Amino acid sequence: MTTANPSIDQTDTLPLKQKLAKTTAIQRRRAFLLTVPLVLFLLISFVFPIGQMLFNSIHNDKVSGVVPKFAVAIQSWDGQGLPSEEIFEIFVKDLAIAKKVREVGRTAGNMATRINYELPGSRSLFTKSARKVGKITEGPYKEALIKIDKKWANPQVWLTLQRASHDLGPSFYVAAMDMKYNEAGEIVKADELYQIYLQNFIKTMWLAALITFICVLLAYPVAYLLAILPLRQSNLLMIMVLLPFWTSLLVRTTAWIAILQTEGVINDLLVYFGVIGEDGRIQMIYNQTGTIIAMVHILLPFMVLPLYSVMKTIQPSYMRAALSMGSKPFNAYRRVYFPLTIPGLAAGTLLVFILAIGYYITPALVGGQDGLLISNLIAYHIQKSLNWSLGAALGTMLLVVVLIFYWLYNRLIGIDKLKFG
Amino acid sequence: MNKLVNKTLIAAAVATTMMAGNAYAGSHSESITVVSWGGAYTKSQVEAYHKPWMAATGNTIVSEDFNGGLAEIKAQVEAGNVTWNVVDVELSDAVRGCDEGILEVIDHSTLPDGDNGVPAAEDFLPGALMECAVGNIVWSTVFIHDESKIQGVDGLTDFFDLGKFPGKRGLRKGAKPNLEFALMADGVDPADVYEMLSTDAGIDRAFAKLDTIKDSTVWWESGAQPPQLLADGEVTMTTAYNGRVFNAIASEGKPFVINWDGQIWDLDLWVVPKGAPNQEATMDFVKFSTGTKPLADQASWIPYGPLRKSSFGLVGTFHNNAEIDMGVHMPTAPDNFKRALQNDFEFWADNSDQLNERFNAWLTK
Repeated sequence: MTTANPSIDQTDTLPLKQKLAKTTAIQRRRAFLLTVPLVLFLLISFVFPIGQMLFNSIHNDKVSGVVPKFAVAIQSWDGQGLPSEEIFEIFVKDLAIAKKVREVGRTAGNMATRINYELPGSRSLFTKSARKVGKITEGPYKEALIKIDKKWANPQVWLTLQRASHDLGPSFYVAAMDMKYNEAGEIVKADELYQIYLQNFIKTMWLAALITFICVLLAYPVAYLLAILPLRQSNLLMIMVLLPFWTSLLVRTTAWIAILQTEGVINDLLVYFGVIGEDGRIQMIYNQTGTIIAMVHILLPFMVLPLYSVMKTIQPSYMRAALSMGSKPFNAYRRVYFPLTIPGLAAGTLLVFILAIGYYITPALVGGQDGLLISNLIAYHIQKSLNWSLGAALGTMLLVVVLIFYWLYNRLIGIDKLKFG
Repeated sequence: MNKLVNKTLIAAAVATTMMAGNAYAGSHSESITVVSWGGAYTKSQVEAYHKPWMAATGNTIVSEDFNGGLAEIKAQVEAGNVTWNVVDVELSDAVRGCDEGILEVIDHSTLPDGDNGVPAAEDFLPGALMECAVGNIVWSTVFIHDESKIQGVDGLTDFFDLGKFPGKRGLRKGAKPNLEFALMADGVDPADVYEMLSTDAGIDRAFAKLDTIKDSTVWWESGAQPPQLLADGEVTMTTAYNGRVFNAIASEGKPFVINWDGQIWDLDLWVVPKGAPNQEATMDFVKFSTGTKPLADQASWIPYGPLRKSSFGLVGTFHNNAEIDMGVHMPTAPDNFKRALQNDFEFWADNSDQLNERFNAWLTK
């Protein structure tokens, strides 16, 4: 009863500020609680998988996980000649255990696959030997193993094993940069016939830039029309922009196949009107052209919409003012209208470029042999060759490229100037 | 689309068989997921394996399609969340999956004897029983052309002869089995193909041969594509899986011709991902479907040869046309088998990483 109203107690006047701070802190914390689902979602679906990808690209325990004792022992080897009898013994015993246990991810086959990446053709050496090492019960182990397969006398096999026994290492980045380890263990350029990734990175960036540029050329007039036409017409036009946007990606891509293929609509029409002969049908799909056409169409709305939302806010009176002050129409456009559209243009180009650089499904369907992008190679390693570490290394490199472009963009245009609508 | 059709088919089958099945299987019925390559091939399996098994046991099968490879199995097993029970894979994948420990080991002694009493171990063709897999069929990659457009195709050499037969060629996107085709077309005897591919000179020779048609090639990825490419006139000749081509000919009346010269044959096998649920029903399905009669029945829907010797004599006519004798359309029929090559799974297990890398690099140049 005596402390019925403590807040106006004289002794409390000083900490009032603190109390206020406390209350607002609680409120802020409560408000933060509302964002927890989103934060969790981002952590689980974004931060964690990307972290795992980064980790996978430098970490591979397919040797130390299969022959753990050997992986430690081989480090003491100086790399001259062949490892000692002792190391051979540990290897044979570890391999026999791995063969018996058959634990997921810990079988001789896993190690075989890992070594085969760097030493092509050695896969069967491991799997075959694993089937037979159980029979080796006593020394000399070196001779017994070489008797199973004389490739075990090749120092190259042991050098590769030694290198791969480290769980952490740059070897998948070495492969992703079109390089390899030579016989002395130095990193050298891969044979030209086997180089593929760097060229593809460059091609992907060039195609993404080209697609972005074409999108700007096509979207700018459309967005302008959308912004200045009376509501009735602009609504109709808007629907024509949005309808493809809402249509399934696969449907749109296959529609392009029907239109562009050599027996397709365009070629049929050209032949019918005699523009080209029956033999002169043009190849417009299953190549780079097909990739460009289909991707421009699919990414166009991402350029039109930010441009439109910015153009809509530009008062027509600005242009009228410029003209009334004696500016030529082109100059008025160049010096008044165009600069005002830059935030939308910037948003559109960034959006389209970043989407294009990582695009997968459309090039996979219509890219043929020369229209493939880097994401198709990543998908190949995740889905077909099952070299997830190499896929992760390529994915990380793609991520770095995107971040570099984002940084450059920020320096040149300023990310705070972006306007999506 | 295929998946939908399959599911509807199965739902219908289940509805009709439930009553019969329940009579003795009681209310204890289980569901397993069987995964295969879709299209006419999955249909043949649904008709010959799934439906009779569901009728006999009262269990249900969910049929799913995939495009081959081990990616899904690996992902499921490593994540500890296996939803596939039985998967139809190529020999090289069966071996690799077994080596990597992502497949269940299968005890061959539990497989049923052939209808003629021969034990399974002797009844199956050599190589059909692997540590983690039971073979069901022989299939083959062949090259095909459209008879209404070109005539007089004589052997694999013509596939690479753009002068004699101008127009596009369809090839599977990947090093396998194009390198083998290239060498055989270049005059190499099937028996020497893999020996030659083990040398740099041999690989160079195969790529050099592929170079001659590279600019005229359309690359396909799933088995349903090549008959479609040929039907659309996109290609003049293409490689394809023999069963699907037969189906386009027999069911859709397409004027396609299968050229068996230089065919490359391979096995398809059932494997069970490690840790698949409902092990008992799963293994029961594997045993049932690789029995003498189901294997023979399967061959009446699509010309993929059964892997049990006891099934050979039972292979009859096409399921809806008694005039088509399935035996002569099998890859292993003597007339078709004159110049044939068996896919060497060990060669590809060792070299596919490297050769595909070179193939991909070659493709973009």
